[in-house]
Amino acid sequence: MQREQMNIVFTGHVDHGKSTVVGRLLADTGSLPEGKLEQIRRDCEKNSKPFEYAFLLDALKDEQSQGITIDAARVFFNSDKRDYIIIDAPGHIEFLKNMITGAARAEAAFLVIDADEGIQENSRRHGYLLAMLGISQVCVIVNKMDLVGYNQQVYKRIVRKFSRFLKSINLPKVKFVPVSGREGDHIYHRMDRMPWWEGATVLELLDQFKKSESLERLPLRMPVTDIYKFTNFADSRRIIAGTAETGSFKEGDELIFYPSGKKSRVKSIESFNTQTVTEVSAGKATGITLEEQIYLSRGALACRVDEMPPRVGNCLMVSLFWLGREPLVAGKEYLLKTGTSKVRCQLTEISKIIDASSLDAQDRKNQVDRHDVAECILTLQKVIAFDLVMDLPQTSRFVLVDGYEIAGGGIIREVVEGRQSEYGDRLIRRNLEWENGIVTELDRMQQYQQRPALILVTGVLNGGNKQFAEQLEKKLFSLDKTVYYLGYRSLKYGLDADLRNGFQNRHNQMIREEHIRRISEISHIMMDAGLFFIVKIDALTYEERDLIQLLIGSSRLKTIWVGRDITTDLVPDWHIRHPENTADHLEEVDQIMTEWELLGDIK
Amino acid sequence: MNQLDQLESIGVRILREAYSNFKNLCMLWSIGKDSTVLLWLARKAFYGHVPFPLVHIDTHFKIPEMIEYRDRLTREWNLPMVYGENSEALAAGQTYPDGNVDRLTCCRLLKAEALKNTLNGNWKRYRFNHGTDRYELDDNKDLYTGVIVGVRADEEGSRSKERYFSPRDKENIWDVGDQPPEFWNQFKTDFAPGSHVRIHPLLDWTETNIWEYIEREKIPTVSLYYNQGSGERYRSLGCGPCTHSVQSEARNVSEIISELKTGKFANIAERSGRAQDKEDGGGLETLRRDGYM
Repeated sequence: MQREQMNIVFTGHVDHGKSTVVGRLLADTGSLPEGKLEQIRRDCEKNSKPFEYAFLLDALKDEQSQGITIDAARVFFNSDKRDYIIIDAPGHIEFLKNMITGAARAEAAFLVIDADEGIQENSRRHGYLLAMLGISQVCVIVNKMDLVGYNQQVYKRIVRKFSRFLKSINLPKVKFVPVSGREGDHIYHRMDRMPWWEGATVLELLDQFKKSESLERLPLRMPVTDIYKFTNFADSRRIIAGTAETGSFKEGDELIFYPSGKKSRVKSIESFNTQTVTEVSAGKATGITLEEQIYLSRGALACRVDEMPPRVGNCLMVSLFWLGREPLVAGKEYLLKTGTSKVRCQLTEISKIIDASSLDAQDRKNQVDRHDVAECILTLQKVIAFDLVMDLPQTSRFVLVDGYEIAGGGIIREVVEGRQSEYGDRLIRRNLEWENGIVTELDRMQQYQQRPALILVTGVLNGGNKQFAEQLEKKLFSLDKTVYYLGYRSLKYGLDADLRNGFQNRHNQMIREEHIRRISEISHIMMDAGLFFIVKIDALTYEERDLIQLLIGSSRLKTIWVGRDITTDLVPDWHIRHPENTADHLEEVDQIMTEWELLGDIK
Repeated sequence: MNQLDQLESIGVRILREAYSNFKNLCMLWSIGKDSTVLLWLARKAFYGHVPFPLVHIDTHFKIPEMIEYRDRLTREWNLPMVYGENSEALAAGQTYPDGNVDRLTCCRLLKAEALKNTLNGNWKRYRFNHGTDRYELDDNKDLYTGVIVGVRADEEGSRSKERYFSPRDKENIWDVGDQPPEFWNQFKTDFAPGSHVRIHPLLDWTETNIWEYIEREKIPTVSLYYNQGSGERYRSLGCGPCTHSVQSEARNVSEIISELKTGKFANIAERSGRAQDKEDGGGLETLRRDGYM
């Protein structure tokens, strides 16, 4: 019979004795490998330092020489009841990211407080972070009772004060236990030095933690990890791979993929070296084939049509903690990762910064510094699907990447209504109502061997962008690509005939925006038809590019700036500095299309 | 889901994340039980396929059965198999069995150095050609930016501190004091040019879990793990001169599991048969900081 397994984290301020408590737990319950305790005792004797139970855990050389825990260690421990992975998280502020890493994979937590030193900065900070990480089962260990003469009053004072704090951060049902890690009171053994204590020992509290509520009963959320089609091995299956975060589904269920709103039924659940699987539930890494072949890519969120839909938007009110060396600032680009989606974003506004150690809101700051906890608004470059923390915590969680590093993380509290959100809602509606023919988008892609894309050729007025766009169409056509070029005048006297001033009137933003909306809708149709669609648009800005991307509901939007100087804030995907050498540039088209991943094997 | 299902799902998820995020991905296969479970997980994740090369570092001191087993599975499972080696040190006899260097130096030269230079494409790589049934010089000299490895946290101290996605810099060095945060199944998948990331899908597995999974999935393993009448078997496989067998009567997987759970090995560390770990207090940690697995 398989035993139950549970991940537990030990957190708390530096030097409050986490490693000692864990070391003691291992030693007293006889869980150490043969000879380990003796070996550590011998090493201590050799180096003339007093023996400490913490040395059983702090395996790294630096940790032993400095006497602190640098990184979270995994310790395997079995009680009579079940198997545990114990994560001993570092308490030093420098290593907060390691503490979070350790705590985030835990189902329950112990928070250790030194009875002698009392509640310290990280006692509160760690409590706050545990709550944000979604760990609701917490026990507080009041350690080093030997240093305060096992005094009940000291213990009671800490319980009173810390309970108040825990209640304020929505952790109301926390249990406490007075212990001495060094002497071994109430870790595994009961001793008579605290006759006033009638509660549980650490080991008993450990076994009292409950396995997390079943995630299966929540609505289905399965981020799409990838699409597999291993054609070079003569495998014709097109498998949508993903791990269900919450909920469940079975063969025949109708799924809807957000943010696009595309629907299809589960045809089969694929597996290797197992009996046929017909049902999948939370936690399972799986793969499915669909009845109707819709085009999907990594980042889509699979949900069930008969359950609560997720939110869709691009302007988010979040709570986050920041771990980066560089502060989080407005005007800089970050990547937001949630589920399997990854999207560029910027900090728009800081609502408040909380000093996590005291939980007081600080004076208005214009940046979020390392180890700060803040409430802010983030604007994403395109709409994504997610949930709010109050609805479904699992899919409300995100991290922020600065450069190459994960520099922060948080939870989504609200969707901020804005113009883009309004467009986002319309977009979903459009996709939900869209009437597909029998020939699907994917059929076309496979037939044409191209991923349809919108190619915006831009630059200053009369700067050669029209000529380049025309030549580009010709070049792609000669490469057997299915392509269409739409010129400005075709738009102005056709689709835009009712827009009086034309879009070059930069004073009339409304008209320009409507023009862009129309281009986007046409582009959406042309892309659905499987085409490379080339549009010329003068002096495109960053914001306009984002709006178009949002409206076409695809990231397959590429920008080419023609002309020496870029006169807007756009960062183009390809910059043609010398339009007079068009022929040279066109030589590269095939390579660039491949780099943009528009050509190649369509899965 | 039971514990093995859970471990399997986490492993599969990590393998898939790696496959989606890294262009030049490979998986190290040491032929031992852990990396063979890893290989099996890859077949689970990709439905029987292994869509990235398997890289083996051949020290030329491996026990012969191991190499036979490697090539047999390569053929049977149609695996994209690649190996690398430190041909210079081998030719010069700079090895422990030749009596010219100590154990740790031998490990550094034949494993860590060979690994580093095979991964970055500086040294020759040999790829199995299923058409000709032979290893041939590999044309591909690209740096592998993602390297999947089967280390487990319960093996020894420094491995207990690993991340699922663990970055190495240009010099292959692991900065153990400054590792990236990992939470909510989000991993470090962005990296500076020239560096690479080690990916560890088996971190949460114990030795017992590995054997339970081998039993459940009926994964073929090297015969050296089993007592074949001599009253001895290998608990952990490495180079012939530095890995010793242990006394054991276990003849099959289920006997190994009971030996680990309640029998003679219930309380004895797995790598106790490996001589190089004992050379200096943190020998393996030092090797690992410099790029050893």
